[in-house]
Amino acid sequence: MKARIKFRKYGVMRFIGHLDVMRYFQKAMRRADIPIAFTSGYSPHMIMSFAQPLGVGVTSDGEYLDIELKESISSEKAVKQLNAVMVEGIDIVSFVQIPEDKKASGMTIVAAAEYKVSFLKSAKSAYETISVRDALSEKGDAERLVHNFLKLDQIMVLKKSKKQEREIDIKPLIYRMEVEGEQLHLFLAAGSEENLKPDLVMEAFFKFLGTTKEETPVHYHRLEVYAKNPNDGKDTDMTQFVSLESLGNLIPEFN
Amino acid sequence: MRKLALNDEILLNIEKPARYIGGEVNSVMKAKEEVDIRFAMCFPDVYEIGMSHLGIQILYDMFNRREDVWCERVYSPWLDLDKIMREEEIPLFALESQDPIKDFDFLGITIQYEMCYTNILQVLDLSQIPLKASERTEEHPIVIGGGPCTYNPEPLAEFFDLFYIGEGETVYDQLLDAYKENKKNGGSRQDYLEKAAQIEGIYVPSFYEASYHEDGTLASFHPVKECAPKKIKKQMVLDVTDTCYPEAPVVPFIKVTQDRCVLEIMRGCIRGCRFCQAGMLYRPTRERDVERLKYYAYQMLKNTGHEEISLSSLSSSDYTQLKELVLFLIEEFQGKGINISLPSLRIDAFSLDVMEKVQDIRKSSLTFAPEAGSQRMRNVINKGLTEEDILSGAGQAFEGGWNKVKLYFMLGLPTETEEDMRAIPELADKVARRYYEIPKDQRNGKCQITTSTSFFIPKPFTPFQWAKMYTNEEYIARAATVKHAFNDQLNRKSLRYNWHDAEVTVLEGVFARGDRKVGKAIEKAYSMGCIYDAWSENFSYETWLKAFEETGLDIAFYNERERGQEELFPWDFIDIGVTKAFLRREWDRAMKAEVTPNCRQKCSGCGVGVFGGGVCIEGKN
Repeated sequence: MKARIKFRKYGVMRFIGHLDVMRYFQKAMRRADIPIAFTSGYSPHMIMSFAQPLGVGVTSDGEYLDIELKESISSEKAVKQLNAVMVEGIDIVSFVQIPEDKKASGMTIVAAAEYKVSFLKSAKSAYETISVRDALSEKGDAERLVHNFLKLDQIMVLKKSKKQEREIDIKPLIYRMEVEGEQLHLFLAAGSEENLKPDLVMEAFFKFLGTTKEETPVHYHRLEVYAKNPNDGKDTDMTQFVSLESLGNLIPEFN
Repeated sequence: MRKLALNDEILLNIEKPARYIGGEVNSVMKAKEEVDIRFAMCFPDVYEIGMSHLGIQILYDMFNRREDVWCERVYSPWLDLDKIMREEEIPLFALESQDPIKDFDFLGITIQYEMCYTNILQVLDLSQIPLKASERTEEHPIVIGGGPCTYNPEPLAEFFDLFYIGEGETVYDQLLDAYKENKKNGGSRQDYLEKAAQIEGIYVPSFYEASYHEDGTLASFHPVKECAPKKIKKQMVLDVTDTCYPEAPVVPFIKVTQDRCVLEIMRGCIRGCRFCQAGMLYRPTRERDVERLKYYAYQMLKNTGHEEISLSSLSSSDYTQLKELVLFLIEEFQGKGINISLPSLRIDAFSLDVMEKVQDIRKSSLTFAPEAGSQRMRNVINKGLTEEDILSGAGQAFEGGWNKVKLYFMLGLPTETEEDMRAIPELADKVARRYYEIPKDQRNGKCQITTSTSFFIPKPFTPFQWAKMYTNEEYIARAATVKHAFNDQLNRKSLRYNWHDAEVTVLEGVFARGDRKVGKAIEKAYSMGCIYDAWSENFSYETWLKAFEETGLDIAFYNERERGQEELFPWDFIDIGVTKAFLRREWDRAMKAEVTPNCRQKCSGCGVGVFGGGVCIEGKN
């Protein structure tokens, strides 16, 4: 059976990169006695996949990994056992069963991610924040500025990959961008097909405002990762996106 | 939440910030108000190297079992951070509390290899602690050195307040208790050093004086304080089973060199190879009980979640319970996706059988360390391995499907001739020939025999401590001789040859057998920018030569002369149990190419029997 683990990443753990978080979870599975399944062959490895890598420096309330279990374990027990072996900076939020279907795995269904962007007094600390209104006050009213930015016909940015650099229009990938309380919220395309990182949006925004990320330091916090709602279009009450967590079911204790 | 010593801007702009944030699984946090002693344990190299060291894990565990002590870790900041810390005057900090090292009671530095000496100065410097012990005041931590290089501590004498000579498990408690007591009584730093000097195994260099003959050799070495003993006795745990062992070692976030659980199965070695310092220092051989090791294996794997476990010791094949332990590990853990990483074992039916179980034959290689190419030379160094052993071991392995072999040798050994050098490629070729004796349809393509040579460095407390070394040019010439001889071999296409850097060898030689005067060159080289000398991309031979020149020290004096039988050595004040008379007897036998039996075959009266333990009393109780 397959299970999906949701976790939070915060504090000093934001300095641990994606590959090391994977290694961390492999060891954590053993410490927590999670009945995880292995591939066969000469060097068996755990069947585990992460939904969406998180950049170094970014914190998150909604990180996901999917694992294959060789036997059942209740959601409650799994969460408890895992949390007992975590370090400060990673908390397990939930552990749910997901459909066996390959197309249901985290990596393939990711469609969007939501971020909170906090503005900082200085790049030295992610904890000393100022409100987005104050941070942008020299440029004008924050809401107005966002509104104008999104009214551009195109938002061209230079996207760098390992192989090449190319200019792309990210506007269609910004599903939502608005001032919410003290912060800026971003709802962006994510996943293997069209992926937009929040810093690319902010770089374009700062360029539009005539400032830079050095002058206007920010901290990114991922709130949630979403899949396309499988019932979208059939049921008008449903929203277009649902969290990855909501696609699973709690595993009860048998006995 | 823990507050970090480095700000986000720094951490996000350096390589691998995980090196500096602490917080790893099993790292120990305590309330600093609730402890009496704060101890910073340092490995003076980058985190990934330092975290792979078992000795520190043992001491970290042992210290933190004491309620009154909080032991934390610190490593050398990598070059990128080193630069920033100097520019911004950020004091070096411990990983756990992130507090500056300069506020600690102790800074303990493990000294594992000579090429880390400038990194020791880096750690002191970045910690804002005076480099010289004589310039430290009441507010500075006591700087302790330990580890194998402290068996000749003299080149570092000026930089340390005290050295702990030997295995850490014995007198650290005494040392810490004395510190508490002294503090309680309002005693000074000097008072403490005087107390410490009276503890067995503790060497306080400032209490000793050296004088020299005109030719530069040591004339005398003696204590100048009454509290300081004439001889410092090495510390050793007689019972390695009932001593502490870390059942929950710290698990790094980033991949480190030794990313696995390590089971130390024994200490010491029965073999008596004449070049090997560890083989003499850690006598007598002491085995850890196999049942205890099985228990540790369970505990460590459970507490760390590591996916690999390895065994550690010198000459692991000599561990009498090896078969039982290895079969247990395979049976118990292999099915659970745990890799069993074998140490290099003597090649025989058993080792080939277990290697086949735990490794992919097509990818793995066999390792032999004949150390010398000719049988005469192997007799000189007292390496028991014969050509017959190597060829029959390799033959068995080839028939079992292996086709890769690694061979390790040393160049520049005492009495070495060109014939001995040429014997190295000849032996490699014989191994390849043995492979091609197998019918073509039964073998697995071509074989690959990789030969590596390092240059021999005479070490204190070995039978070769009197030996001469050579110049950089001579080493290169010897490697070239070997290289050319490889081209003459029948199977040259199946043979590869690598050799170790000669420049580093020369410096290691000076530090290994250097005296107090050498400290000046180390300090000079550091001030000229030498650091991370163990990292070839960062090693500057030219700068080192300049440092020696400017401090008026002659490398040839330390390396290029055979020392006289009567010469007083800078390390002679340390008593490792093995006597100088025995070492000299072994030197004489080496010159005659006579083999000495190992400790289990026959006791050769090395002197370490005075400890009354280990292999010396095997079968006698």
